[in-house]
Amino acid sequence: MPQRESLPYTIGVAFALCVVCSLSVSAAYVMLKDRQDANKILDRQRNIVDAAGLAADELGIPASDLTKKQVAELYRVVEERFVDLKTGNYTTAVDPETYDPREAVNNQEQGMVEEIPSDVENPIGIDLRERIVRVYLVKDFKDDSVVRQVVLPVYGKGLWSTLYGYLALKKDIETVQGLTFYEHGETPGLGGEVDNANWKAQWVGRQVYDETGTPALGVSKGPAPEEDPFLVDGLSGATITSIGVSNLVQYWVSDEAYGSYLNKLKSELAGGDPVPTVEGDIGPVETAAVPQAKEIPVVERKNPAPAATAEGEAK
Amino acid sequence: MAKQKAFDVLFGPIFNNNPIALQILGICSALAVTTKMSTALVMSIAVIAVTSFSNAAVSAIRHYIPSSIRIIVQMTVIASLVIIVDQILKAYLFETSKQLSVFVGLIITNCIVMGRAEGFAMKNGVPVSFLDGFGNGLGYGFVLMFVAFFRELFGSGTVFGVEVLRTIRQPGGWYDPDNLMLLPPSAFFLIGFLIWVIRVFRPEQIEEA
Repeated sequence: MPQRESLPYTIGVAFALCVVCSLSVSAAYVMLKDRQDANKILDRQRNIVDAAGLAADELGIPASDLTKKQVAELYRVVEERFVDLKTGNYTTAVDPETYDPREAVNNQEQGMVEEIPSDVENPIGIDLRERIVRVYLVKDFKDDSVVRQVVLPVYGKGLWSTLYGYLALKKDIETVQGLTFYEHGETPGLGGEVDNANWKAQWVGRQVYDETGTPALGVSKGPAPEEDPFLVDGLSGATITSIGVSNLVQYWVSDEAYGSYLNKLKSELAGGDPVPTVEGDIGPVETAAVPQAKEIPVVERKNPAPAATAEGEAK
Repeated sequence: MAKQKAFDVLFGPIFNNNPIALQILGICSALAVTTKMSTALVMSIAVIAVTSFSNAAVSAIRHYIPSSIRIIVQMTVIASLVIIVDQILKAYLFETSKQLSVFVGLIITNCIVMGRAEGFAMKNGVPVSFLDGFGNGLGYGFVLMFVAFFRELFGSGTVFGVEVLRTIRQPGGWYDPDNLMLLPPSAFFLIGFLIWVIRVFRPEQIEEA
């Protein structure tokens, strides 16, 4: 059949196939999107409830057994706020519905990301970090003006993947209420044991900072020594994941990340001034702006020169 | 006769002509998703769905595909199906789809799917191609479940997440799990073992050295 091999026919078949395939793929996406989004939100809420220990405390069951309804019921006491990590204040500069810190970093949105200084131990793996984060204040079930704990999103590099999780701190902002990871690609059974309920239970009730106020909480290599209250057991066969978890916990509670916010929150919860809320836009990011200001004149000087010669030749 | 053929096409790929054990195709995902039986099961179902429907679709349009672009046409059909399967998993089996992560997407590059589309569906009718895809998916799934059973049992002490051997990581446990079972190389050993067993019973599969 010579006609079947002709160029117009081939292009026609390719075009028709592409139309059919793209229509079916988009149809699947559009039809399932609502359900997928609902799944993602449910998953996030379930993990926050898990980190905060609400499932075990209120209902006495593990968070993975919660029904959709129970998650929604428990999540009622959680208030979402946005914190500007640079100042440690609450901010209203972002849209609560659509803001996604991971997108901000991926797209390197102007003013929304900060460079991590090179002298700081960096657990994230890339040198940009979002500036505004979503934190979750867990209120009392009976009185919603009482904050019982705060849940902070944390992430950092393990062996194969970035681990994303939540660190819940008790009211004193020094004691861990729970640590849970909701997304990672570590080896199941080795690094993947970060999901092990028994291992996670070791974090509960530990102090985050030592006497000098430096973050000291971490994962030991091998079984944790009895005399060190700041170390939990290492995951056997997963040294790099364990180190990654240590680093990310210590980084996020340090002054480089949540430090200034946690200090302010601590004094608020101890009866002092509330954490200030800054309305409107956040200020510029100095670290990102400085190198740009240096580069721009160089670019400007380069450009006019060739343009002038080209013009001269034309004349 | 027709019935006999359908039966052979459907169940032949499990023992007699297993895509992994005899043709040694599609091993990479067999290493990656077999640490747990539940993920292996979902992966098997996903592959069965993709091979069946891609075979049927390619067979249905086989008289219209210009041979110069036939591989790309097959690839496009397979890729679209995989994306749809991935979307469905994300909507209905969210937890498992998180664990399978990229491997569902990588079904696109699974040689079994492509191999059946090019080798069988291009020459046969729609119903029999569908059965062939289903059978090859089953053959793949059988190997996955076999490997996952031993990896999960000896690596984590569980079967489908249900505790069988209580590990020393749990209070009162006695079984020291074999960490090698959780790493990809163990799947090579298990697949090798399976190939050996199959060839003991089907000596005609042994290649001449």
